[in-house]
Amino acid sequence: MDVSITGVGLHPFGRFDGVTVTDMGVTAVQAALAEAGNPQFQAAFCASVYSGVASGHKVLGSLGLTGVPIVNVEAGCASGGAALMLAAHAIANGQYDTVLVFGMEKMPKGIIRSSFFEPWREQGGLAVTPAYFALRAQRLVRESGVTKEHLARVVVKNRANGARNPNAMYQTPTTADAVLGSRLVCEPLHLHMLCSPNEGAAAVVLQKARPGDGAVRIAAAALRSHLPGSVLGEATPMSGIDDTGIDPPSTLAADAAYAEAGLGPADLHVVEGQDTDAARELLGYEELRLCERGGAAGLVERGDTEPGGRLPVNPSGGLLAKGEPLGASALGQVVEITQQLRGTAGPRQVDGARVGLAHTVGRGANAAVIICTR
Amino acid sequence: MSTANRLLTDGLFRERPDGSIVLIGGVSASSGRTHFPRLAACPYTGAADVEEVELPTTGNLWGWTAVTTRPPGYDGELPFGFGVVELDDGLRVVTRLTVADPAALEFGQPMRLVADRLQTDDDGTVVLTYAFAPAGADA
Repeated sequence: MDVSITGVGLHPFGRFDGVTVTDMGVTAVQAALAEAGNPQFQAAFCASVYSGVASGHKVLGSLGLTGVPIVNVEAGCASGGAALMLAAHAIANGQYDTVLVFGMEKMPKGIIRSSFFEPWREQGGLAVTPAYFALRAQRLVRESGVTKEHLARVVVKNRANGARNPNAMYQTPTTADAVLGSRLVCEPLHLHMLCSPNEGAAAVVLQKARPGDGAVRIAAAALRSHLPGSVLGEATPMSGIDDTGIDPPSTLAADAAYAEAGLGPADLHVVEGQDTDAARELLGYEELRLCERGGAAGLVERGDTEPGGRLPVNPSGGLLAKGEPLGASALGQVVEITQQLRGTAGPRQVDGARVGLAHTVGRGANAAVIICTR
Repeated sequence: MSTANRLLTDGLFRERPDGSIVLIGGVSASSGRTHFPRLAACPYTGAADVEEVELPTTGNLWGWTAVTTRPPGYDGELPFGFGVVELDDGLRVVTRLTVADPAALEFGQPMRLVADRLQTDDDGTVVLTYAFAPAGADA
């Protein structure tokens, strides 16, 4: 589609006592607008999950930038992808020329509490997010030959990448021994295999593309929810059926995005993928068709997704290094992909990257896949 | 069961006269599909022809882990077992497990439904939840 990314901005991801979620949003929005040359925008889409009523209005109200339509979007971990999908298609369909997309979050520490679950599910111990992650990881172990060592390698890779990212929460590398020696949260997942819910913001300015503008383009932006029947998808119902033949939302979104972009997984040069836990990144390889079903362990063993590998995944450090501020995480991926395609990613640069994909998936279920080209 | 018990929530399961419990699901005549807990409409087709059905009390273990960190809103024992059991009719149900040691369980092993003590309220009322235990093990 003829939509350019003309400005990106971040508030670093981490812990920032005394800084409000609105403050963080303001920082990211100002940076993105400045990079784009402070264009007038006709609409804004704001992604957040835990920031309360009209959180986007509070950010733009702090900057004297209200008056335009401001749409606050919640789609779980994929909220930023949902906001960007709405904005990009509004431009592609001719509704607007310039749209601001931003997202921010300030999360409490520890296991995420979600109003998605009824009180009895919390009281009954049936609303434990990392436990669902663990069941999903165990299934990947059983069906794809993934081992705990593979999971540790994903963490080591992403933490090494994060050590080259000044906006990441964890900027120190780690070792497989340290990962496997960290506290067991829910077998087979250890503490360091799980990302930290945290704080941060990201913003992107989208504009109708001008021929020869040289900007990174949005080639596709797809959002999908789950199909009935899956008991282990991010929808986490209390019951389901044998879901072997049911495509998960990430595959639905990826297939839609590949079709929209006229590209396939073999065309990708760099991927930012959902790594809420280490197994989630590996499952994403399969769901996004970066490898065949059951092939995730092979990608790890060949180092395909390492820096310098066939298809680097999470050069930013991913959520395992950056942490996950829900509303900001997908747009943070788009910021990284934009810098990669511009060739301005510094020590994290994937040489010659011209096609990049960003993948988020979470509660709902919601899955977003964004493909950028240059 | 004494009157000093209460169930985790209404409509999820019921006690039988002999003290055993059974899960209450829904089944749609038009889709032929079963779900749990019972909803007003079939979650696969939206059909409104949902009738109450008592679900099989036995099945096979399909997924399991143990929760070692106290999650928000939960006041019961730690660690506790958590997993998915594939009931004899093919429906996979999310459940508490009576075994909190993942190494002691294996894929596909026969499981049976039991009532499990979740917590004791301040007034002494015992809160019961449903759980699955290895078939043959004591509740």
